[in-house]
Amino acid sequence: MDQVVIARSLFGTTMGFHIIFATLGVGIPLMILFAEVMKLQTKDPDYTTMAMRWTKGFAVLLGVGIPTGTIAAVQLSLLWPEFMEVVGKVIALPFQIEIFAFLLEALFMSIYVYAYDRLSPTMRIVSVALVAFGAVLSAVLITNVHAFEATPEGFRMVNGEVVDVRPWDAFFNRSFPVTATHVMVSAWMTGAFTIASIAAWKMLRMKKKDMRLYAFHRKAMMLGLVVGGVFSILTAFNGHDSAQHLYHDQPEKLAAAEWLFETETYAPLLIGGTLDRETLEVKNAIHIPWALSFLSGNRFDTEVRGLNTWPRDEWPPLFIHTLFNGMVLIGGLLTAMSVVGFGWKRILKRDVFPSWMMWGFVTAGPLAMLAIEFGWIFSCTGRQPWIIYRIMRTADATTSATNLGMLFVLFTAIYVFLCVSVVAVLRYYFNRHPLEKELADL
Amino acid sequence: MNMTVTDEIIAVTLIWLFVFVYAIAAAIDFGAGFWSFFYRNRKKNNMSRIANRYLSPSWELTNTFIVLVVVGLVSFFPGVTRVLGAVLLVPFSIGVLLLAVRSAFLVYSHSVDRYKKTLILISGLTGIFIPALLILVLPITYGDMIDTSGGVERLLWGELLASSSTYAYIAFAVTSTLFLSSLLLSDYAHVSEDHEAYRVYRRDALILGPITLLSSVAVVVTMQFDAPWMYENLFANQSWILASVVAFALGYWAVYVKKPRLATLAVVTQYLLAATGYGRAHLPYLVYPGVTIESGFTAESTFHALFISYLVGFAILTPGFLYFWKLFMTDRQYLKKR
Ligand code: HDD
Ligand code: HEM
Ligand code: HEM
Repeated sequence: MDQVVIARSLFGTTMGFHIIFATLGVGIPLMILFAEVMKLQTKDPDYTTMAMRWTKGFAVLLGVGIPTGTIAAVQLSLLWPEFMEVVGKVIALPFQIEIFAFLLEALFMSIYVYAYDRLSPTMRIVSVALVAFGAVLSAVLITNVHAFEATPEGFRMVNGEVVDVRPWDAFFNRSFPVTATHVMVSAWMTGAFTIASIAAWKMLRMKKKDMRLYAFHRKAMMLGLVVGGVFSILTAFNGHDSAQHLYHDQPEKLAAAEWLFETETYAPLLIGGTLDRETLEVKNAIHIPWALSFLSGNRFDTEVRGLNTWPRDEWPPLFIHTLFNGMVLIGGLLTAMSVVGFGWKRILKRDVFPSWMMWGFVTAGPLAMLAIEFGWIFSCTGRQPWIIYRIMRTADATTSATNLGMLFVLFTAIYVFLCVSVVAVLRYYFNRHPLEKELADL
Repeated sequence: MNMTVTDEIIAVTLIWLFVFVYAIAAAIDFGAGFWSFFYRNRKKNNMSRIANRYLSPSWELTNTFIVLVVVGLVSFFPGVTRVLGAVLLVPFSIGVLLLAVRSAFLVYSHSVDRYKKTLILISGLTGIFIPALLILVLPITYGDMIDTSGGVERLLWGELLASSSTYAYIAFAVTSTLFLSSLLLSDYAHVSEDHEAYRVYRRDALILGPITLLSSVAVVVTMQFDAPWMYENLFANQSWILASVVAFALGYWAVYVKKPRLATLAVVTQYLLAATGYGRAHLPYLVYPGVTIESGFTAESTFHALFISYLVGFAILTPGFLYFWKLFMTDRQYLKKR
């Protein structure tokens, strides 16, 4: 296979794997923080139990999240040396500051976990708040580099040499605020829905209704649904801003996402459908008239550029349409779900949820994670053929080292192994330490 | 070389410092993993537990430092990424793979009692292989094992495997790992008042000290043939090396007369002095003969921004480190528990 294709597959696989744990690493500490705060507010000891059990699970996830992140950092330097040379000269700051975020997270994670019984309630909240802060800070900073790839600023390229470097201009590049916000709120939303999913699953699987346990899981689920619901709404609003930023800064990505080939005003939004690659004809898609124009510029007569205005070799791959659809659809679905759940409990005042609704909640976490994957692959693959938009092509940044095929196999095998083992360990631990026992021990 | 303090020198000194901190922390970390494996079957005493207790809160922090080394090198000396990226791809990939397996198992072993032994076996053995792999960067930067024909750099595996330097460095990495960790754990056991564990780790340190010294001599001897340029430079910096030997002697004596804290400090100083001499001898080359600290250096404005971010970052984190230290390294109640 082609060197560049293997390098891209290898890196994409690494990131696709790391992001699962990274997202949970951002989302779960926030939920632990909320549980600790709820404890302080309500004096209900169930919330302490929740915080401790989630922390245990989180600590196991860290055992995979941290090493895969380390792999990501090493691979970035090893696979894309030409890219990293520019990164090193221009956008090294976020990477460097990220280290401090990692240190902050690691320090207070150890303190929270291994010194839990020696901390005062306030120090517990401070520690876990710093863990959550460190995690989200590291996500925002790494996203900073990703944003820079889309809107590179703060330097000039003269004859292949980087000159006139202004590192802070590079740091505060145009798309950083909107992109970082999107990553942040979508990760929080995913963490919350993951918690809700697990709680819903436990409630469904309960053999005989033990109201004590049911109530415990219901509290966890409601916390997840409420937090997830709030962040899913924020994600949707901010996603709209992200799309507008595409319209201005990477119009061909937007055009490819919507399979828009001719430049149009009153352009429609397409959902689903199939594409004939020869004739570029779209079949069976649902058209929402004028919506794409409105999405892009808040006016129905906004002119949106079609793909045909760019040379073919600058087109992103066209399958990103499906990824974009998937992400947006899931976002809408999850918002609806949390509204329904919240209404059922708080407005209709029902304490038991029908099982069709519960099954819906069970899917919330996995769906949110799927949206994260869709979003990232959409964003990274949609940037192709550029590794730095309109400045450096991916093909020109790739390492000259051979043997990549072997490494791809090795790394993938390890990811599969880690994935299986982490699930096995979590299951083993929580089977051995069932909630019944922990509540009885109180 | 003539050491005027330029930005390049400051940058390379910082990198060297990170490498040094990582090397020490990782040696102790990996070594503790190994000892916890090595003494897994002893029923009566707590060697394994002492090692584990040290490892639990610290591995995450240690891991951050390898990221710091990689990121620091790339941001201060982006000119070196192409060469090192190409030649280190395979050895470092295998290194981080092992690291991933090890970290995962280290964490798992806290949750799954039944498999604890298997898990400890894996994290213990990988802990020995990783230092052996990572240290290869040093003989590789000698330059002779890099093929530059055709404008692309390639690692000459044959040369690497045939070179006596390779084996000297591997021996050095492994023995240092074990020596440093047994020293620190003896100190840790001493503070925890676990007399049996202290006795055993002290004995290990006594055995390993001279072996480590021997392997470092082997590194210098092989250097004479494989990198004469560096050997000459090392001679110019011999006062650092001599001072380091003195520190070793002091440390070894302290182990002998049962002053574990002094011993640990002296031996860390020994490594610091030796690393300084070694580092100075390596300059100005990052990778001989193609990449020097001047040719690989980052943009001036980026360097200044980075430097400020270091000052601010470490200033903010210092209270956190102190709190951590207080909770885990000096709280006698905690150390003595169980
Ligand atoms: C739970 C996950 C999730 C959900 C429900 C959504 N997104 Fe998203 N989206 C992401 C998770 C995500 C992400 C994984 O975090 C991405 C990938 C790169 C990035 O910056 O964020 C992303 C990227 C991303 C981009 C590309 C930015 C770029 O390439 O620079 C756009 C235009 C949107 N999103 C728009 C939306 C819209 C209109 C949504 C409507 C609800 C939406 N997203 C829901
Ligand atoms: C963590 C979530 C992420 C996922 C799932 C992801 C996914 C991918 C995928 C699938 C590719 C291959 C693209 C293709 O060849 O079609 C890729 C490439 C790449 N991504 Fe991302 N990515 C993520 C985050 C990031 C971040 C945060 C950065 C910035 C530091 C980044 C930088 C890159 C680079 C440099 C490449 C290689 C060059 C290229 O193909 O353009 N990625 N990523
Ligand atoms: C936007 C996508 C990303 C997010 C949200 C993210 C977030 C995180 C988080 C929260 C952690 C802490 C570990 C955990 O909780 O599991 C982590 C670890 C790590 N990530 Fe990522 N990350 C992303 C992409 C990347 C990329 C592209 C790189 C490589 C350049 C990277 C490098 C690392 C490293 C080196 C660690 C380990 C840090 C340590 O040693 O403590 N991450 N990441």
